[in-house]
Amino acid sequence: MFRFFTSIGDYSLYYLEQAGRMGRFLMVCLWRTVTPPYKISPVIRQIHFIGARSFFVIFFTGGFTGMVLALQGYYTLRKFGSEGLLGSAVALSLIRELGPVLAALMVIGRAGSAITAEIGIMRNSEQIDALECMAIDPCRYLMVPKFVATVVSLPLLTAIFDMVGILGGYLVGVTMLGVNGGTYFQGMYRSVDWNDIEMGLVKSLVFGLLIVWIATAKGYFLHWERSGGFGAEGVSRTTTSAVVLASVTVLVWDYLISAILL
Amino acid sequence: MAENRNNQAEPARIAIELSGVKKSFAGQQVLAGVDLQVLEGTTTVIVGASGQGKSVVLKHMLGLLKPDVGQVKVFGRDIARASARQLKEVRKDFGVLFQNVALFDSMTIYDNVALPLRERTAAGEAEIRANVREKLEMMGLRDVDDKYPAQLSGGMQKRVGLARALVLDPKIVFFDEPTTGLDALKSNEIYRLFHDTQARLGYTAVIVSHDVPKIFKLSDRVALLAEGVIQCSVSPEEFQRSDNPLIRDFVETTMGPIYSSEEEETAPL
Repeated sequence: MFRFFTSIGDYSLYYLEQAGRMGRFLMVCLWRTVTPPYKISPVIRQIHFIGARSFFVIFFTGGFTGMVLALQGYYTLRKFGSEGLLGSAVALSLIRELGPVLAALMVIGRAGSAITAEIGIMRNSEQIDALECMAIDPCRYLMVPKFVATVVSLPLLTAIFDMVGILGGYLVGVTMLGVNGGTYFQGMYRSVDWNDIEMGLVKSLVFGLLIVWIATAKGYFLHWERSGGFGAEGVSRTTTSAVVLASVTVLVWDYLISAILL
Repeated sequence: MAENRNNQAEPARIAIELSGVKKSFAGQQVLAGVDLQVLEGTTTVIVGASGQGKSVVLKHMLGLLKPDVGQVKVFGRDIARASARQLKEVRKDFGVLFQNVALFDSMTIYDNVALPLRERTAAGEAEIRANVREKLEMMGLRDVDDKYPAQLSGGMQKRVGLARALVLDPKIVFFDEPTTGLDALKSNEIYRLFHDTQARLGYTAVIVSHDVPKIFKLSDRVALLAEGVIQCSVSPEEFQRSDNPLIRDFVETTMGPIYSSEEEETAPL
């Protein structure tokens, strides 16, 4: 019984300490992001990796999400004789909810995992210690370009996701199921207003920050991992835990932001 | 050696001073009150059996670990209590050759050596190129600019690591087991490069090594770390003559009968 309470205390202290470390890490990275010197070329390289190279995965997931939304939406709306609302349903679902969340989950899988693994391997092979000993700030040198690139890229990727999704919905709804094309876009035009766009934008900005924070911090504090962050297995375990934590955090924050902005 | 040169002019000042440094990990005490002085321009070698905490001492000097108790002064400034900004200033005088070299594996050799210049100075690319070329040539490295660390042998990686450590002409250079994993020939090559570059650049050197007695030939002071404290910090000759039972034990177990034969075989560096 005593051991049970001891382990609860032990776990609580560990997670409290981990939360403190990650919180402080976020503050330092944000401070370094807004203070000079500013270097553009590392940011562009990271935008290419996190943003441009995620284009195809976003294109295909966005397209098929829009297509399945149209398919499911059509059969539901037809029961009420409201096929004309298909455009609104697809657009609102994508812009307010599915676009930001699914784009974020895709970026976590493609870029977030790579970021954790990269930083984790650098930590394990003393490359981060080497940077510190050379009086090069690892937060400024390694993290800031990734922070800026993710926060810039995710809203753009979300916009692409939404647009391709709407076109995918058009393809299924109008071309295959026979909904009137004008009605599809007219319904969308009437029902989507700036608040919907704003909600999607706020979500993708917050998700971008959460993803890059969790991915970089997990790699950076690999040596503090309770499960043991050593060797290839340590990197793989930490990468998995970063992906899971980032995905769950995105879904929790999705609810919170929706609840606040609705 | 370097110390003698300094003695002729004026007394050397203290580059690094550890006073009463204690450090525990998960309740296990590794350092139990380390006291050590490293004089400017000299070479101090820290020796000791495996697991005694030699690398922990080095990490305290580098500011990568903070002591539970005690002071770590670099040129009079206590880095154990320094802010991140102050620590960064102190580290501008450092060069480090890590045990596993710690080259940036996704960068070319040229970019590895150029990195400190790009990040820490306002030098233009032409100046950086000239400086990098000079350091790589000093290490006898040619036609490796576009290669990646994984494409080089262990000895060549160590030489690149040394080039990177020296590229900003640091005042203090730290070597963590510089010859680990190298054969005798490659080890001698690293020692020769160390000897040549120190003579040329005049830096203070702190070497953590188990390569006894070979390393004694390069050192001004030998410090033995045992039982969590520095047992002595003396000249190599005094070290080998010492009556301290811990030192005698170390000398006999590490050098023993091999020492006399190996000393004769080892050519002067």
